[in-house]
Amino acid sequence: MSMPREESLLEVRDLGKYFGRTVGCESVSFDLWPGEVLGVVGESGSGKSTLLKCLSAQTAPDRGIVRYRLRDEDLCDVHALSEARQRMLMRTDWGIVHQNPRDGLRFGISAGANVGERLIAVGARHYGNIRTEVTDWLQRVEMEQSRMDDLPGTFSGGMQQRLQIARNLVTQPRLVFMDEPTSGLDVSVQARLLDLIRTLVGTLRIACIVVTHDLGVVRLLTHRLMVMRGGRVVEQGLTDQVLDDPQHPYTQLLVSSILPV
Amino acid sequence: MYVAVKGGERAIENAHKLLAEERRGDPATPEIALSQIDEQLSLAVDRVMTEGSLYDRALAALAIKQARGDLIEAIFLLRAYRTTLTRFGASDPIDTAKMTIRRRISATYKDLPGGQVLGPTFDYTHRLLDFSLADEAAPALAAEVPAEPGSAMPRVADLLNQEGLIEEEAPGEDAAVGDVTRNAMTLPANRDVRLQLLARGDEGFVLALGYSTQRGYGRNHPFAGEIRLGEVAVEFTPPELGFPVTIGEITVTECQMINQFKGSAERPPQFTRGYGISFGHCERKTMAMANVDRALRADDLGEEVTAPAQDEEFVLYHCDNVEASGFVQHLKLPHYVDFQSELDIVRRLRADFEARRTGEAAE
Amino acid sequence: MSGVASAAGGKTLAGYNFAYLDEQTKRMIRSAILTAVAIPGHQIPFGSREMPLPYGWGTGGIQVTASIIGADDTLKVIDQGADDTTNAVSIRRFFSKTAGVRTTESTREATIIQTRHRIPEAPLAEGQILVYQVPIPEPLRWLEPREVETRKMHALSEYGPMHVQLYEQIATFGRIAATYDYPVMVHGRYLMRPSPIPKFDNPKMDRNPALQLFGAGREKRIYAVPPYTSVKSLDFDDHPFSVESWEHCCGLCGAGASYLDEIVIDDKGGRMFVCSDTDFCTQRQAQGFRGPLNSEAAE
Repeated sequence: MSMPREESLLEVRDLGKYFGRTVGCESVSFDLWPGEVLGVVGESGSGKSTLLKCLSAQTAPDRGIVRYRLRDEDLCDVHALSEARQRMLMRTDWGIVHQNPRDGLRFGISAGANVGERLIAVGARHYGNIRTEVTDWLQRVEMEQSRMDDLPGTFSGGMQQRLQIARNLVTQPRLVFMDEPTSGLDVSVQARLLDLIRTLVGTLRIACIVVTHDLGVVRLLTHRLMVMRGGRVVEQGLTDQVLDDPQHPYTQLLVSSILPV
Repeated sequence: MYVAVKGGERAIENAHKLLAEERRGDPATPEIALSQIDEQLSLAVDRVMTEGSLYDRALAALAIKQARGDLIEAIFLLRAYRTTLTRFGASDPIDTAKMTIRRRISATYKDLPGGQVLGPTFDYTHRLLDFSLADEAAPALAAEVPAEPGSAMPRVADLLNQEGLIEEEAPGEDAAVGDVTRNAMTLPANRDVRLQLLARGDEGFVLALGYSTQRGYGRNHPFAGEIRLGEVAVEFTPPELGFPVTIGEITVTECQMINQFKGSAERPPQFTRGYGISFGHCERKTMAMANVDRALRADDLGEEVTAPAQDEEFVLYHCDNVEASGFVQHLKLPHYVDFQSELDIVRRLRADFEARRTGEAAE
Repeated sequence: MSGVASAAGGKTLAGYNFAYLDEQTKRMIRSAILTAVAIPGHQIPFGSREMPLPYGWGTGGIQVTASIIGADDTLKVIDQGADDTTNAVSIRRFFSKTAGVRTTESTREATIIQTRHRIPEAPLAEGQILVYQVPIPEPLRWLEPREVETRKMHALSEYGPMHVQLYEQIATFGRIAATYDYPVMVHGRYLMRPSPIPKFDNPKMDRNPALQLFGAGREKRIYAVPPYTSVKSLDFDDHPFSVESWEHCCGLCGAGASYLDEIVIDDKGGRMFVCSDTDFCTQRQAQGFRGPLNSEAAE
């Protein structure tokens, strides 16, 4: 866990999103520091996915502000950036790992091209160098190099998630959003993937916001935790603290409903 | 010794002569007159006028004759002529409520002011080949002259509107109506542009798309609120006069489809509209057009866009048969330069492949 | 050489304006052309008219030519490099009928050259205009079918996916396998489709003294490469752009560096290669050059 001596990477204030009269999320405020992994838990409909979409500039919020510290140290209002700069941010300094690999990968191009695309997008024009870097990243996510030119559709679900991670991390982002990155996978595959994410995120000091309904994922991966219900944050704190000594009745219910990790 | 193929000029001349001969057919058969086409193949004339965007029966008949009955070719001929015509201005919108009705049916009301008027329709004929028509002197059947149609024939959509059950037609903005024959379409397209493109659109394509909406690809639960066929006056307001003058009368078919809409936070549940119109009598086309028009409004009405008929870009870019026919058939043009490039690369790749394989075998 | 050069006289088709289109339409098209010249490689929408020739057969090029041609112009029309292919003949006849302009087969004599699929071998000069017929103007179309999205990609210069396609070709084939309609960057800003010319012709577009205009009738777009503008074919640093080459020379004129058509001469695998650019080949033969299959024609 990082010390708040540094400047924050992301500042969120009073964020709200509504669908007609339905609350998507409301009154969400928090800071995120470089290298910090924040978990957002709640059952489906709690607003955690809406929150993630607002934070990652995929949806415009109805109120509140999301500020991100660019590499030049300036804090910018993410939603006030031009579309060009938002798109640039998304393919350089940010990463998004989707729950469904179809949303995060291009299934019409090879695994290697999926990873290489982000390098090309930021200007890489040497085929050999791109190949080398892609090979390196496939190794880091423990994928077989021999499958580099195969289409993503030929991989298992777990491998597709690894590929998504490689595609996101190849440009060395400072902030990665993850939406239920391990759901839909077998338990043993999940465990290995979580271990991999933890190692990579730790060594590269990447800040992460992980949305999940799975307290096991939270326990393994995150430093800090927000519990959401009905679009609002009902409790937040250090992950171990919240899980071991939940204060809010809803958190207590959540924690008691799972087997001890 | 090889001599490169020459003689494009002569080949074309000859092809034109052959075409003229084929068009004429056996000279022993009397030449078909334009009036015969106009009078006896009138629905073909109607379609050519509609998709050719030019209301001129004689020119449409000429186009059909010249095209040897190939209607898409005839539409093409008519369009190519139309584009050279001077544009004096735009007429005032025609008022179909004031139509002199020849046919008017509604599937939503058993009876309604003005009544149901069946008019000239294939609908209830048995599709049995009528061999008496093969006889060139088939007797003409005199139709019963209909009783003077009721003077008031309000449009069904207007009746529903009195109760607020159907959406108000969005009032026309003051901005000039788009013209797809003069300006490139921009996306998203406004409804005026969409309707123009659909009205000019290929009957077969629009029919298939309209059909698909009834089979679950973008369901819009249509009811044929009203189909009316008849004559309307065309009025033009010359700027120097400042009041409308009637410049003629045209036959049109109009279809108002009524569709369900569940309502939203801002809007109470009410029926929505799909609209179709054509020159002459093109009933199938106008009904299909109305289905597609409604499907294309999915985005405006906050419905999920999932089906081809709801996809504005897909529908509008592919509905024009003159564009489609030209581009599909351009594949007949020589492509041997490009093909040569492809030959070259395939040979190289095969050579690479062979070299790799021999190399591997040698190891 | 210009065997079919017709007498100038400006005689036009009764009932139609000079060069078919009305003057208002021509002004609209010229205004689109000027915008296109001002933003090299950028596609400008224009109110494409319905022409008496089918879409896909050169309606864009014809409209561009019709709106820039004057009574004192000399027009050359080629298809696949040749003046005597049927479509070239048909378009040339269209303009001699509707504009009564002089036509020629000589690249040098022409002031306007309308082309489908080739750039002439003979270098073009200042003052000449090359008009390309374009079937699909959007270089990103096969990667992204939606116009709304491709417009955005151009606006943001998001051309990565195009390079990804080349990457895939190298990964699969060991080399870039695109052969014609090979994408280019114009003036370092816009990705452009050069129309389906073989990539052999791509280098001729770069810093060409002639004005290059591109017309797509069905798709209603015009774009341009002004004289002396940089046109760079996409590639990778370690897989540089390269063009087709032949082991053969032209069987008729012996040219070793022109684009060759392959002619099947029998059903036993017999092939011969001849210049695709008929004017180039004829000129060379007139200058006394002979290819290996042209000994009899020498006298």
